[in-house]
Amino acid sequence: MTPLITPQDIPYLPRGVRLQDDRIRGIRVLQAPERAMQLDQIGDAILAELDGARSLDQITRDLAARYDAPVEEIAGDVRDFLTGLIERRMVFLRDIT
Amino acid sequence: MKDLPAQPRDLDGNTVTPGLPMAMLAEITHRCPLACPYCSNPVELIRAKSEICADDWGRVFRQAAEMGVLQVHISGGEPGARRDLAQIVAHARAAGLYVNLITSGIGITRDRLLELDAAGVDHVQLSLQGIRPDMADRISGHTGSWDKKMGFADWVTEIGFPLTINAVVHRQNMDRLPDMLELAERLGARRIEVATVQFHGWADLNRKALMPTREQAAMARKIVNEGRDRLRGRMVIDYVPADHHSVYPKACMGGWGSLGLNVGPDGTVLPCHAAQSITWMQFENVQDRSLSDIWHLSDSFNAFRGTEWMPEPCASCERKTVDFGGCRCQAMALAGDARATDPVCSKSPLHAQIVARAEEDAAADTTEFVYRRMSKGG
Repeated sequence: MTPLITPQDIPYLPRGVRLQDDRIRGIRVLQAPERAMQLDQIGDAILAELDGARSLDQITRDLAARYDAPVEEIAGDVRDFLTGLIERRMVFLRDIT
Repeated sequence: MKDLPAQPRDLDGNTVTPGLPMAMLAEITHRCPLACPYCSNPVELIRAKSEICADDWGRVFRQAAEMGVLQVHISGGEPGARRDLAQIVAHARAAGLYVNLITSGIGITRDRLLELDAAGVDHVQLSLQGIRPDMADRISGHTGSWDKKMGFADWVTEIGFPLTINAVVHRQNMDRLPDMLELAERLGARRIEVATVQFHGWADLNRKALMPTREQAAMARKIVNEGRDRLRGRMVIDYVPADHHSVYPKACMGGWGSLGLNVGPDGTVLPCHAAQSITWMQFENVQDRSLSDIWHLSDSFNAFRGTEWMPEPCASCERKTVDFGGCRCQAMALAGDARATDPVCSKSPLHAQIVARAEEDAAADTTEFVYRRMSKGG
């Protein structure tokens, strides 16, 4: 998968996309235009980090520290997961300004 | 009013297990300023005086959310034809639903759009009938529709709603698909839905004017594939192909009574928007029963659940849990039997005949439409 995000990009959930509890099914979902996507624990943990302020690089380091995992391993997973959502226009990017 | 059965059973009496619905289509009115000849509303339209009120919709939305529905698609007719649209939207959001507004863009002013923003619309879908004023106005039967739509799209962007363009394609506009993609991109749409006309109801009356040719269907597929590559990360293209030209039928509704339900202007609950074309089927109403009872126990929702009801060639087909035998309404329209294998499937005994008829309709040289209108009187 060709990545659609660089370490310097700041990913965020745009208007119309939100993380939500699905209390009937007992799962977490990402709600977006015409899509409701079930999230596993990892996906939920990644998306909870998107605060619109930190870059992919910073988010990856924070996740690696929190879960005591190698940065390189986390970086690939996070980049691929977010690329999939950028393709679906469920995650947007802004540059550091 | 007869009681609902105590156990969910299909039309042959086999036990079935209803799942949880994800999405609900709320067709809050059939009134519409447009007269598109492929309108997905039934040929017998519901009049304003039979529409259920905003508080009724609120109750239905709360019941839907309790059943597991996550998203509501508020549509019509033109939903803006109801003055209490913002109140209906607010009820849906209060119930915890994600609100998609599906509109023609006609009759919703900038002030009303701001009101809908405050009420909690999450996403706006704007229909597109054609690519220039002459074509858009002729197909929609509404002079000035194009200019109004373009103005509406500007307000959507200005307010910041995510925008989807809904482009319905058929023989008379399919060749302009590249322009539609370009327009959607220029309008700042995150998504475009390119949907080939489905030949039920009004569209069935207009087969000879709307049926695409085989060459057009193949070209549209190519343009969509190229567009997806070119626009990766910028705009999503969702595509409903011309199934009269496919090998297998579409997985209609993800299976009958599986993922979605439709509530009409008068509170009638349907497994899909075209289900009333199955004329022998009885449908329940939210004014008589809870949405949950209708979903779990009504004969209409259970009729084609599971796979036990399927005849051959579906019953022994490895794709029976992939496409669920195709579309029940299309089976009704083309085979005269709602439980038959969808005749667009290459395994259907009627397939050759259906293809021949599609080719014949595609070759017709008429461009004249039977426009969607309310019948006189009533």
